[in-house]
Amino acid sequence: MNMPSTLHSTERSPVATTPEAVIEVRGVHKVYAGNITALQNIDLDFNRGEMTSLLGPSGCGKTTLLKIIAGLLKPTKGDVAVNGRPVAGPGPERAFVFQDFALMPWASVLRNAAFGLELQGVGKSEREDRARHYVNEVGLSGFEDKYPHELSGGMRQRVGLARALAVDADVLLMDEPFSAVDEQTRRKFQEDLIRLREIEKKTFILVTHSIEEAVYLSDRIVLLSPRPGRLNKIVTPEIDRSGDPDLIRRNPEYLDLIDDIWSGLRAYVE
Amino acid sequence: MDLYGFKIPRVAALLFWAALWEIVGQFELLLLFPPLSEVLFALPDVVTTSSFAEAARITVAAYLGGLALAVVLGIGLGMLMGLVKAADNLLNMWVNIFLSAPLSALVPVIMILFGMGMPTVVVTVFMFAVWIIALDTRAGVLHVSPSLIEMSRSFGASRWERFRIILLSAMPEILAGVRLGVIRGVKGVVIGQLLVSIIGVGALFSLYSQNFLMAHFWALILILFAFALTLADVIARLETRIEYYAGARA
Ligand SMILES: Nc1ncnc2c1ncn2[C@@H]1O[C@H](COP(=O)(O)OP(=O)(O)OP(=O)(O)O)[C@@H](O)[C@H]1O
Ligand SMILES: [Mg+2]
Repeated sequence: MNMPSTLHSTERSPVATTPEAVIEVRGVHKVYAGNITALQNIDLDFNRGEMTSLLGPSGCGKTTLLKIIAGLLKPTKGDVAVNGRPVAGPGPERAFVFQDFALMPWASVLRNAAFGLELQGVGKSEREDRARHYVNEVGLSGFEDKYPHELSGGMRQRVGLARALAVDADVLLMDEPFSAVDEQTRRKFQEDLIRLREIEKKTFILVTHSIEEAVYLSDRIVLLSPRPGRLNKIVTPEIDRSGDPDLIRRNPEYLDLIDDIWSGLRAYVE
Repeated sequence: MDLYGFKIPRVAALLFWAALWEIVGQFELLLLFPPLSEVLFALPDVVTTSSFAEAARITVAAYLGGLALAVVLGIGLGMLMGLVKAADNLLNMWVNIFLSAPLSALVPVIMILFGMGMPTVVVTVFMFAVWIIALDTRAGVLHVSPSLIEMSRSFGASRWERFRIILLSAMPEILAGVRLGVIRGVKGVVIGQLLVSIIGVGALFSLYSQNFLMAHFWALILILFAFALTLADVIARLETRIEYYAGARA
């Protein structure tokens, strides 16, 4: 099961030359009970290998959009396709990272990280090997047998990330993964995420409240307008992320872009 | 415990009351109230009789039977109420009524339905224990983190696997309910047998009181108390082992 997928990923053509949409969102509307229109007419593609951030004021429907893509919510109108196939629910091509980590408190780090594989019916020794690999990759080796309550918030989210990576999905959906984590841990986590992206070559969709985070991490930033959430603007930061993380944070282009986006969003806040 | 700055071990309190019992008993003011020493001497006497062995066997069997029923059906009922809104609307009121109702008053009715024997005692234990287990299970299910359910759904959990996650998440509350059920069940088994009064410890109690064997009577009460406290303690220990994740859920 592992072999074909690794083969497949090495055969993939480089992202820069042929952008190929992994996820297509077409005419999505979402109306909640009580006539609350959370999303209005969203048309959006997510390209393979790219990291896209969804940014916008609170309540604009970011989580709703992410959950629709995950198949956890049904759109009122419109549809979503993953790898060309319409989604009817959650699927193995997509893995979710939760804001509140959503770890099973009764299970060890290793078992939590292997949970997606356990549900897929992967045998115990194989799933533990794979989970161990990703626990290691997110920087938690040595903590395999600990329980979630023995870990800090940042470490718990690393377990959530390892669990999502372990199922080898094409797309990782992350809903404010760092919002429950303190500032230092968050920065370290962001740097690790950039490094992980290089290794894993996955498509990331990240919901965030932080303009800095969006600019620092993403190839593309989708700005949503306040409720009802509509596409407002798409920004593509072109920042070289290969260097020293601290230099990036002081890079004038990086800082200018943050200012640009802020002045665009400011109107909604005032 | 502290008294005028002196540390006093907890057993001291127990010794104090034991001494008081002994002294008051020595005055022979009440026939009903023999001194503790006499009660303690009666203990081996009670325990070694064949009627005690028989009573203990019946009591334990009725207790465990009723409790097992209460645990299985109570958790089932609580899960149903926690998961299905309509079932909750229908049942919640009744479960609460039975929880606070004076159930002893119901035992005669149970007796009419189930006869003067073991089944009545089993049903009484069940009635005493089941409601608190159901309500605590329901509370546990309602407290399960929605994102944990969403997580299992997003990784493709089947209906059964989601159910398992809910059950495990609710385990701290379920165990708290079971602990209370265990204690209430002891009340149930004693009250049931007292009212039926021809089997188990109920028969012994009436035997002792009719023959004015008060020391034996109290010895039997001591045994029952010890039994209830030991059981509650065992469950409490089990609970502290599970506790760690109750705290970690927040
Ligand atoms: N189950 C629901 N029923 C009714 N309204 C809802 C429901 N879930 C969300 N909403 C509303 O839909 C809108 C969008 O919600 P959503 O959670 O997607 O916003 P968000 O952009 O993620 O916000 P935040 O930044 O605060 O996380 C909000 O106004 C919210 O109140
Ligand atoms: Mg949100």
